[in-house]
Amino acid sequence: MIGSDVVIEHVGKSFGAFRALDDVSIGIGKGEFFSLLGPSGCGKTTLLRIIAGFEQPESGAVLLDGVNVLPEPPNTRRVNTVFQNYALFPHLSVFENVAFSLRLAKAPDATVRDRVGHYLRLVELEAHADKKPAQLSGGQKQRVAIARALINEPSVLLLDEPLSALDAKLRQHMLIELDAIHDKIGITFIYVTHDQQEALSVSDRIAVMNGGQVLQVGTPQEIYEAPATDFVAKFIGETNLYEGTIRSVSGQMAELDTAEFGTVYVTDDDPPPAGTRVSWTVRPEKIRIDLERPSSVRGGLNLLSGLVDEPIYSGFQTKFYVRTDQGATLKVIKQHADWSDEGPRIRWKDSVWLSYSAEDAFLVEVKR
Amino acid sequence: MKRSIFSKAVFAGTIVFLFLPLAVLVFYSFNESKSGSWGGFSLRWYLKLFTDSPDLWRAFGNSAIIALGSAAVATAIGTLGAIGVNWYRFRLRSYLRTVTFLPMILPEIIIGVSLLVFFSGLGIRLGLFTVFVAHVSFNLPFVFLLVLARLEEFDFSIIEAARDLGATEAQTLARVILPMIMPGIVSGFLTAVTLSLEDFVITFFVTGPGATTLPLYVYSAIRFGISPVINALSVVMILGTVALTWSMRNFLKYIAAK
Repeated sequence: MIGSDVVIEHVGKSFGAFRALDDVSIGIGKGEFFSLLGPSGCGKTTLLRIIAGFEQPESGAVLLDGVNVLPEPPNTRRVNTVFQNYALFPHLSVFENVAFSLRLAKAPDATVRDRVGHYLRLVELEAHADKKPAQLSGGQKQRVAIARALINEPSVLLLDEPLSALDAKLRQHMLIELDAIHDKIGITFIYVTHDQQEALSVSDRIAVMNGGQVLQVGTPQEIYEAPATDFVAKFIGETNLYEGTIRSVSGQMAELDTAEFGTVYVTDDDPPPAGTRVSWTVRPEKIRIDLERPSSVRGGLNLLSGLVDEPIYSGFQTKFYVRTDQGATLKVIKQHADWSDEGPRIRWKDSVWLSYSAEDAFLVEVKR
Repeated sequence: MKRSIFSKAVFAGTIVFLFLPLAVLVFYSFNESKSGSWGGFSLRWYLKLFTDSPDLWRAFGNSAIIALGSAAVATAIGTLGAIGVNWYRFRLRSYLRTVTFLPMILPEIIIGVSLLVFFSGLGIRLGLFTVFVAHVSFNLPFVFLLVLARLEEFDFSIIEAARDLGATEAQTLARVILPMIMPGIVSGFLTAVTLSLEDFVITFFVTGPGATTLPLYVYSAIRFGISPVINALSVVMILGTVALTWSMRNFLKYIAAK
């Protein structure tokens, strides 16, 4: 199977007064595992349904390998969908569910047996071929839905929140399986989810959407480490997000005046000039927390002292809400790497030192 | 848990209330004497029923034809109607749904009178045909409702999945929708047969010469005193209904398990 590249050009769609998609353009490469990530109502599912052919946009085009597919009905597009609630045919066995599109094409029995057998093996369900969907567990139903969508050898597989109905453990497991299937067959996957963990762990690239618009497209690392907007910074992972005014710039480092923390050193590829109002962020795991004042203080290191407001212990790590001397709260995450680690020994009301390098704090948005 | 005397008594009372009349009927169907007093066990009324009641069997034949025919037509129209109303969006859609239920709520006598006025207004001669049309019209809402209920409980993404996998609209109907709503269609058909077989009021208004159905025949026979032949007929019908119910239950179970 060979994947297609998918190009979405200036797609717009409204439902009554609600603007579901507002001039959305995305380019997705052949064989990519691409995620559309955003909160519910952000337009990600609408975009997926437009690619599948269940909705028509008012404007724009969807190109598969350079050909606009919008005039085609869903049954002739080389695109198949894995639905959120599986949408298995309850009156057909697992085998016949997977065989559905082959039966429509009047494929000979021997071909049907071979192909269905192949895809049932791929999703490890050969033993359940004769069961009805009602007799399967959630994870098994999901795998039937994947095999059924793949059997027609589409060039693009659309996955609409395929794991949202599964419990957390199974979701992890299915995610790894999905990734393995993607590696094995190599077609383009477009994966819709509101769960940033899912998107970060499997995607080649992610488009973060909100309010019908694409806010940022990038690799998981880019999205996490260098969020383009405040929304992306807050939506992906946990973060500390504050505002400040640039006082001076030297190279890629900028010195900010902030109301909450006084002077803060941050980095940016191309910092705006002094006097610009900006938002900046530092991830909680990038901040060091110590009971003693760190002995060596390099230039560009942000150093603060404060009081532990609330430690949240969760085994492998502890999350601290630290109230700094200036009265603002920073989230800090301490990984418990080994026994000598003092993280678990920092308690409620302890006075602590926080430090983070300017290279780990980033400018996000320019404010006016 | 031990049940209280009260709940046992209510249970027994209900059973007696429901089934005692039927028991009396069965009892008298085996009575040698024609009057209310017991004249000894006999099968003579069953013999008369099966060998010497041509009018009764003609009425039974009419009833069977009307019931099966009108149920089949009502099922076909009602099923397509339910699918159409459920699937397509058009003007007056919700109005149509409400209006379709009206005949279920209206008193039968009003439907009977209005059909009579309608047929005579059009100058259609009353007979088997008018009875047939009347039965189709009052059976329709029941089929429509049962099929619609079945349609509404299934997830629209199943239809999208079929389209996504390459099915045309017609293939989706034949391979996905019809098999899934089959239990609704079957119970709609059986309900229609039952309603049609037992209908008296509406049939009474729209029937004509030569179109006597079984309920009409029984009614006219009883006006001249209860004939034990009717008792025998009732017992036969009870057994027939039990057999029908039993096989319908098993059929629905078979469909559900398939």
